Amino acid sequence: MKRKAKVKKEQCVACGCCVKVCPRAAITVPMGICAVIDEQLCVGCGKCVKECPASIIELREVQE
Amino acid sequence: MKKKWYDHLWIFSLTYLILGFLNILFAWLGLICFVVPLMISIGHGNKAYCNKYCGRGQLFSLLGGRFGLSRKHDMPKWMKSKYFRYGFLIFFFTMFFMMLWNTYLVFAGERTLAQKVTLLWTFKLPWHWAYHGTLVSDGVAQFAFGFYSVMLTSTVLGFVTMILFKPRSWCVYCPMGTMTQLICKAKHKEVKS
Repeated sequence: MKRKAKVKKEQCVACGCCVKVCPRAAITVPMGICAVIDEQLCVGCGKCVKECPASIIELREVQE
Repeated sequence: MKKKWYDHLWIFSLTYLILGFLNILFAWLGLICFVVPLMISIGHGNKAYCNKYCGRGQLFSLLGGRFGLSRKHDMPKWMKSKYFRYGFLIFFFTMFFMMLWNTYLVFAGERTLAQKVTLLWTFKLPWHWAYHGTLVSDGVAQFAFGFYSVMLTSTVLGFVTMILFKPRSWCVYCPMGTMTQLICKAKHKEVKS
């Protein structure tokens, strides 16, 4: 099992705070609507989870 | 991560607040923070302004993060709800248009210039030391006082929520952020259909 960051898209304000702290550049805000995390790049470090001002990113366990 | 030139735009935001304290006419520069995000969202259909260039966000991030002024608690649920965000957007712009109306009245000569900065839409602070006269109409100065009031009010609100919640809590209910996100949503819906 690995941990990956997941965004609750409906509540995302697309501020991009998460983009700035991601050490793997795994997050983008395409089209200014909500943050999208590239699962292949995400290592589940949780930096974005801490940073998100709306606290709408969480770490979830996923099957490898 | 290597810092880019735009990671230092917080200096612009801080300088803006200081300049408005010295000469109110500098408040006009704040229009950049209104026009640029709108132009980017309308022209490019993204929130690059929030994501990269917003100096105010960077300032809160710095004060709440590196300076440790934030409790880093979660925001209450109601504050991140769409009702609050859209409600605040409407309220903010209603007050903004009232400010424009007051400016118009001074331009039209129906009202005299009030050398005051209104904080939180209620408290009238004396600010006469920042007024050194204008070459043109008094309305130009009235707009500067009004616009600086808007900028100072939002900074104070953002600062309070920075302390109470996460550093960039302001971004969640920032009217410009909400509006540019709505523009992006509308723009991309158009493309899809």
